[in-house]
Amino acid sequence: MTSVAGIEPPPHRSVGRRLSAWLYRWPGVRLGALLAAPFSWIVVLYLGSLAVLLVSAFWQLDTFTGEVVHQPTLKNFQTIVEVPVYRTIALRTIAMAVAVTVACALLAFPIAYTMARLASKQMRRLLLVAILIPLWASYLVKVYSWRVILGEEGVLNWLLEPFGATGPGYSITGTWLVFTYLWLPYMILPLYAGLERIPSSLLEASSDLGARSGRTFFRVVLPLVFPALVVGSIFTFSLTLGDYITPEVVSSTQFIGNVIYDNVGVANNLPLAAAYAFVPISVMVVYLLLARRAGAFENL
Amino acid sequence: MSKRKKRMGPRALLALAVAALAIVAAGCSRSDSSGSANTEIKGLGATLEEIQANARTEGEVNLVNWAGYVEKDWTDAFVAKTGCKVNSKVGVSSDEMVTLMKTGNYDGVSASGDATLRLIAAKDVAPVNLDLIPNYTNVFDGLKNQSHNTVNGASYGVAHGRGANLLIWNKDDVTPAPTTWDVVWNADSPAAGKISVYDSPIYIADAALHLKTTQPDLGIDNIYELDEDQFNAAVALLKQQKTIVGEYWGDAAKQIQSFTSSDSTAGTTWQYQVNQLQGAKDPVPVEGILPDEGSTGWSDTWMIASTSAHPNCMYLWMDYIISPLANAKATEYFGEAPVSPQACALTADKEHCVKFHAEDEEYFSKVYYWTTPVTACGDDRGDVCKDYSEWTTAWTEIRG
Repeated sequence: MTSVAGIEPPPHRSVGRRLSAWLYRWPGVRLGALLAAPFSWIVVLYLGSLAVLLVSAFWQLDTFTGEVVHQPTLKNFQTIVEVPVYRTIALRTIAMAVAVTVACALLAFPIAYTMARLASKQMRRLLLVAILIPLWASYLVKVYSWRVILGEEGVLNWLLEPFGATGPGYSITGTWLVFTYLWLPYMILPLYAGLERIPSSLLEASSDLGARSGRTFFRVVLPLVFPALVVGSIFTFSLTLGDYITPEVVSSTQFIGNVIYDNVGVANNLPLAAAYAFVPISVMVVYLLLARRAGAFENL
Repeated sequence: MSKRKKRMGPRALLALAVAALAIVAAGCSRSDSSGSANTEIKGLGATLEEIQANARTEGEVNLVNWAGYVEKDWTDAFVAKTGCKVNSKVGVSSDEMVTLMKTGNYDGVSASGDATLRLIAAKDVAPVNLDLIPNYTNVFDGLKNQSHNTVNGASYGVAHGRGANLLIWNKDDVTPAPTTWDVVWNADSPAAGKISVYDSPIYIADAALHLKTTQPDLGIDNIYELDEDQFNAAVALLKQQKTIVGEYWGDAAKQIQSFTSSDSTAGTTWQYQVNQLQGAKDPVPVEGILPDEGSTGWSDTWMIASTSAHPNCMYLWMDYIISPLANAKATEYFGEAPVSPQACALTADKEHCVKFHAEDEEYFSKVYYWTTPVTACGDDRGDVCKDYSEWTTAWTEIRG
């Protein structure tokens, strides 16, 4: 530097240059400036709103004026525990999430296996497109079309009529059907990725050692694909747990999401809604801990 | 180096989290202090001329309204006359309207009687100076100074119209034609399993109305003032009704669809759905009546937000919507009774006001307007009645 300065006049150092030199000397500040925006996004907006939720669950509603009274109380939690209907709805929602997850897993496995192992390259591409296209279609359009399908004079009843049967109509079974349809791609895609990763050599080795296909499936394929299955189940389970539009459209049954929505939009009882939101949050925390145990996050 | 980074991470995160909480807390404490609203609305002109001049600069008005209350057919003339662009936000229920008004983003609302008192108590709406609303003088006396929109002598708005919740049924599926509400309550109803019920806590009043005639020893007088025994009986009746309910409807479109697809064949409705179903391209053979024992109903009030950003446009809107031609168009479109004889004279269907009993006070004596239930029973029983929050909780239980 000094030798250069001896030959030419010292270059005029702009503010930008000086700033960059200063930042070069202080790597901590540099890192801080870089991460400030994304960090405040996640902390202020994301965690901040969760914090508001957490806090407002301990507030109370002035039931007549609809104003929130900022006095800490456990009354909302007491209501949720003591009034049986909230327990019934929570259990119903969890049971639905489990039922949807199981149905999705059973339906998705053969499809994912075909895509990953059996189909030709062209066929695989075709199947992928067939699964992804409905995923891109609007959720509401799909749910409302199911309302039409499930209706008294809908396609489903028309199809079942020759067999002397009727569809489930706008009921809890109908809701289960729609949920399974909606979240199926979220199960197929991780399973497909998981199955594709299993080296063919392992399957060949299994059969070389005398295992029949059933044994190969249960002892080799299933254990290897299990983490992918768990990843898929996180989607199907959590999406069902939080949905309130589908049950509203295709049934008159209440789920956790409906109670929260009604307390926000109808009763304007934000504190009770916040307290009830603790139920799905705790369920998901437990579920994710179990999923971590099952090794679902090892390949992340 | 990497060790230091690891130790810095959570600490920095904690600091940021604390900062976030501080911001959140600041936000909360600010909303604390906004409790006392002013009855005087900032920026409102003192005379009609001033209001009209101010409205030109405001240029718009944001309304929360029932579906079918703010339509191009009658807003265009308002926009042309006043220079106030009309932005409409449809509220699907009274409760949603209350919630929307709490955001402070709207200038006015067409509130039903089960919302008005809540809005007034929360100071979300302001009293109006009726002298600045010239068309008010023509309004029927039966629609002036109602208990659901007048508090301590102060008027909180003008009526949009009035109507009853009707009994609807599909003529092909339900015979003979019902004349009472029994068809939606009795287990042996010809529509069992396909009953369409309004999904709102206020529907408990409909159960109370049924009990009023079927169980007179409960002593129900006002169906919105229910004490413990009366309330429990109504809730029990609704739980029993649930077994024959096909669907609970929250918005009109859902009910129209399920009557069209025959998933519902009888239930409670508004004139609006009856009109839509009968007037559809492929008409559905439904009928809607006011049954013998009367019904719940509504008389909606246009109210001005206490924090209205466009109060001059809102005052002009309140005057416009009760002006003869606009009121005739709006109430005829929705299917309800207009507010003045002058409006009746301008309806397209000359029989409209007869059909909707606009001037028939005896008819409306059988209609029990939605009112917000409060603990004060309004008689010598004292403060033992169930308030709206208890109605809401009970409704969640009824729905199960």
